[in-house]
Amino acid sequence: MSEALPWNDPTFLRDVERRSGASVSACFQCHKCSTGCPVAPEMDVMSSQIMRLIHLGARDEALASQSIWLCASCEACTTRCPQGIDIAAVMDTLRMMAVEAGVTLGDARGNKFNTSFLSSVRRHGRVFEMGLMTAYKLRSGDLLGDVGKVPGMLKRGKLALWPKSSGNAKEVREVFKRADQEEKNR
Amino acid sequence: MKYAFFPGCSLESTAWDFDASVRATFAALGAELTDIPDWSCCGSTPAHASNTSLAVALPVMNLLKARDMGRPVLTACASCYARLRTANHKVKTDPAERQRTERIVGKPYDGAVPVHHILEALTRHIGADAIAARVTRPLSGLKVACYYGCLLTRPPEVVAFENPEHPVSMDTIMTAAGADVVDWPYKTECCGAGLSMTTSAVVNRLGHNILAMARRAGADCLAVACPLCQVNLDLRQRDAAKAHGPLPETPVLFVTQLLGLALGLSPEALGIEGLFVSADGLLDRLAPAKAAGGAA
Repeated sequence: MSEALPWNDPTFLRDVERRSGASVSACFQCHKCSTGCPVAPEMDVMSSQIMRLIHLGARDEALASQSIWLCASCEACTTRCPQGIDIAAVMDTLRMMAVEAGVTLGDARGNKFNTSFLSSVRRHGRVFEMGLMTAYKLRSGDLLGDVGKVPGMLKRGKLALWPKSSGNAKEVREVFKRADQEEKNR
Repeated sequence: MKYAFFPGCSLESTAWDFDASVRATFAALGAELTDIPDWSCCGSTPAHASNTSLAVALPVMNLLKARDMGRPVLTACASCYARLRTANHKVKTDPAERQRTERIVGKPYDGAVPVHHILEALTRHIGADAIAARVTRPLSGLKVACYYGCLLTRPPEVVAFENPEHPVSMDTIMTAAGADVVDWPYKTECCGAGLSMTTSAVVNRLGHNILAMARRAGADCLAVACPLCQVNLDLRQRDAAKAHGPLPETPVLFVTQLLGLALGLSPEALGIEGLFVSADGLLDRLAPAKAAGGAA
């Protein structure tokens, strides 16, 4: 009877609550978040189930779920939660924890996209979409996806071939450096 | 009104047509937009999903520049709007986050620079009456479904200019422009937003739901106020129909393009040629422009 459940990591709930600022323990499993979630049909573990996994200290299961990368950050869950839990912020926290823990992600395209996007901002101060697309494609191996859309986009002037850097790019790089440091001390 | 305009990255590339139509309509309505000098990216979803400190600091860099200009910030992109407002909210409500942000940007900041979305400026600062008084080519007979998406109204304690489940600002603007707005239930459904490039199958499903519902409600076209909503519903419309069943081609215009047409501006000035699903059929149905005040 005294044996702990294999997934009962008591620090997980505390970690998630501290980092997200959201009171996950207040969740009483009404499932309103999952009901209104636009990507729930594609999720392996729905948002209300993620909340339960956190209660149970199921760190590995929560961090390895596809769902945290499918979340579109539309904030419907946060807006509608009767307990006022910022569920979208919990999803952000889980993504960061998954990356830090080096969880082998079945489908890490979300993370590869984020990395490509932020590298572009770090370099130019703004997003250079052509560069972002190329970097993301190389990282993800999804070389052919959407390639057919490029000519139409070029024709309509919707893809710039050269980056338009911010005059503030140097200061942006400094901010990235200091933010990385602050994030480590958080 | 004078604003410090924050265009954001999308408006200088994929949504150049949004940029052109915002500038043209606001000029026609007598508002003065000055770009925040050397503005930089707000960080969007990749920043808040990766680094909380960065997600606050990047918007604050721009808010500090706007503070120096002594003007409220105006932005057209729903994501930029949400990130700028969220940064202000965090700095105002979380002292530790404020200190962290001030260490990163190297300046004190109290979160007080006002940030407005164009829908808020059009309805609250300029007003429906002033818009209607300047309409020269009413959009009579055009049935428009106003689609708000997620980040313009959510979460309400951060963005807060409308009811999060039943926003009406775009409907007010389109009605002032003489269009018939349709009543429909998917105003604030999500289009899949940033999943566009990584998980386009989801975006196709969500886009199909939204477009099919707009058609069922009798709409000829959609009005949107977010660059990502526009791309997901316009550029991916053919893919959505291929994956989930045929749809009549439905133009997805920026609200400022439709408003600009009503104000008598030319399709060229509004970047109408940037659309993937052509709006030529709609334009043909509009009457030629009359003298100012025609629809008041």
